[in-house]
Amino acid sequence: MDALVPILVATLAAGTPLVFAALGELVTEKSGVLNLGVEGMMLCGAIAGFAATVASGSVWVGVLAGMGAGAATALIFAVLTLTLQANQVAAGLALSIFGVGLSAFAGKPFESVALPSPQAFGIPGLADIPLVGPVLFAQQPLVYVSWALFGLVSWFLYRSRAGLVLRAVGESPTSANAIGYPVIGIRYLATLFGGAMAGVGGAYLSVIYTPMWVENMTSGRGWIALALVVFATWRPGRVLAGAYLFGGVTIAQFFAQGAGAAVSSQLLSSLPYLATIIVLVLISRNLNVIRLNAPMSLGKSYHPDG
Amino acid sequence: MRLKLEARPVPSPAMRYLSPLLAAALTVVVGFVVFSALGQNPLAAFRAFFIQPLSSTNGIAELLLKASPLMMIATGLAVGFRANVWNIGAEGQLIAGAIAGGGVALYAEGMGAGGLLAVMVVAGALGGMVWAAIPAFLRTRFNASEILTSLMLTYVAALLLSYLVHEPWRDPQGFNFPQSKMFDDALLFPILVETTRLNASFLVALAVVAAGWVFINKSFLGYQMRVAGLADAAARYAGFSAKRTIWIGMLAGGGAAGIAGLAEVAGPIGQLTPSISPGYGFAAIIVAFVGRLNPAGILLASLLMSLLYLGGEQAQIELRLPSAITGLFQGMLLFFLLGADVLINYRLRVVRPVHAAAATAAGKAA
Repeated sequence: MDALVPILVATLAAGTPLVFAALGELVTEKSGVLNLGVEGMMLCGAIAGFAATVASGSVWVGVLAGMGAGAATALIFAVLTLTLQANQVAAGLALSIFGVGLSAFAGKPFESVALPSPQAFGIPGLADIPLVGPVLFAQQPLVYVSWALFGLVSWFLYRSRAGLVLRAVGESPTSANAIGYPVIGIRYLATLFGGAMAGVGGAYLSVIYTPMWVENMTSGRGWIALALVVFATWRPGRVLAGAYLFGGVTIAQFFAQGAGAAVSSQLLSSLPYLATIIVLVLISRNLNVIRLNAPMSLGKSYHPDG
Repeated sequence: MRLKLEARPVPSPAMRYLSPLLAAALTVVVGFVVFSALGQNPLAAFRAFFIQPLSSTNGIAELLLKASPLMMIATGLAVGFRANVWNIGAEGQLIAGAIAGGGVALYAEGMGAGGLLAVMVVAGALGGMVWAAIPAFLRTRFNASEILTSLMLTYVAALLLSYLVHEPWRDPQGFNFPQSKMFDDALLFPILVETTRLNASFLVALAVVAAGWVFINKSFLGYQMRVAGLADAAARYAGFSAKRTIWIGMLAGGGAAGIAGLAEVAGPIGQLTPSISPGYGFAAIIVAFVGRLNPAGILLASLLMSLLYLGGEQAQIELRLPSAITGLFQGMLLFFLLGADVLINYRLRVVRPVHAAAATAAGKAA
């Protein structure tokens, strides 16, 4: 049993950036906005978080900076798609390309800088429980934050009035507008929240998980987060489960190599991408599942004047 | 006083063509600001970025060399984008084409070069098409988003290439570098202009653009695909097959990207290496949009994008700025284009507050 502990700990750690990014994108998509720029927002969050941590010496300042950078890049997307009515798919792609370029440019001076590995935080009492303790209660503080975020998003979407309004905007912006809700304003907030969470996910990678800055270090996690939201049929609980599933696939290569498996490292590295394709196929092949669960207005521009 | 967007009664055709120019101009203006903020003389930077690369024969040759893959891929992608088929995995299809075409070059070594380059081009196109066929199949059969599957396959293609040049295809005399043997000179595209790297793949690129123009503007199939993109209900009512639209859209992009990949390895690179493209597959998405999904526009846009690549290299040499600045400008260009496009369907109106307007009216009356 004890052999499982490091694997489970690593699985949770590897899944955490996906938890942040996918929960953020879930809220954005629930408002009817499809932001394909998650990869770009995560990268901007990663470099901003890394730079701020180097400058301040504080991980939390870095996480806040990542959050701000993610929200700032999401704002560009929001202005383009919500105010200027640009196509959401095209603008999302643009955001991803821009984020890759901006982060690579801004990250050049930080390429050979190393940060100390932050200490895990054991919750007193709970961390001493066998098996469960070291896996669940001796993690990085930001992992606990991701669980709090999960609780918050679940409560907000399904138990709060504001969440109901957000979902109404995503299902039918015209009706929501007719009963007096500011559709564009709500979509702005949802998009900014998605960007901020993607930024935190990126900062977690560069400041806590690795901890260093490498160009393009998210290596597709933003896109995997997008796939996760579909895979989870837009439900927070399944987003969480899916993120840890992918965390497990991501770290499988390290444990396989450690165990001396005679498989090429490239094949193992491609497993998360292949797994993404497989789960997408499994969930999408039933058209009704997608139709019933996807927000009705997802990806469609809306202008109050018609 | 404030600005308000007001829907135009009909979309402005003039703005469709002015918008890319506006976007390019805005990118240059912001470029000035960025360079100034970085403590550079913006005029010197502008010179390094946009003038210097074009001031020699070699520079022009490099411009056309780098524009070739961009115009090819963008034309192929435009066929799909017009029909709302979002193939964003052209980078992976480029790599698949390079693997397939490069594989032919490695295995056919010493078999005589007669026509072998043509076989390599076909193999490259097929390799790209096979890689694009996977998302097309998953979309038409299982309804899986081609956006996500084609992008995931880009990472898989890069890892496959890495595996090949590390293991089975590694040059035994290559000092342990992860790269294949150099291809026979006879298997490379012939050089067009002596002392430069510009090769015959440029002509192939022009042919692909011309073929794309004919397909999009003159063929019934191309017309069906345009209808599918503009009004998919109308296309269905007219009996145009939605699945065929997806297949053609994906295969056109994949085939073009595959040829572009082969042209890189059988051109300036001359062998298979772990990294064969500075993101041409992604930059081509921008080229397709800036070129208004129209092959003639794509030709011009590919030259602009190529200039951004050259400018980035020049900026690195002369101004000691990281060449990653190219990606920054590429993204900015697309942002400005999407923003400027609002003026196709809307116009800006200055709205005065009511009391101010009333005061003016009163003033006139008096």
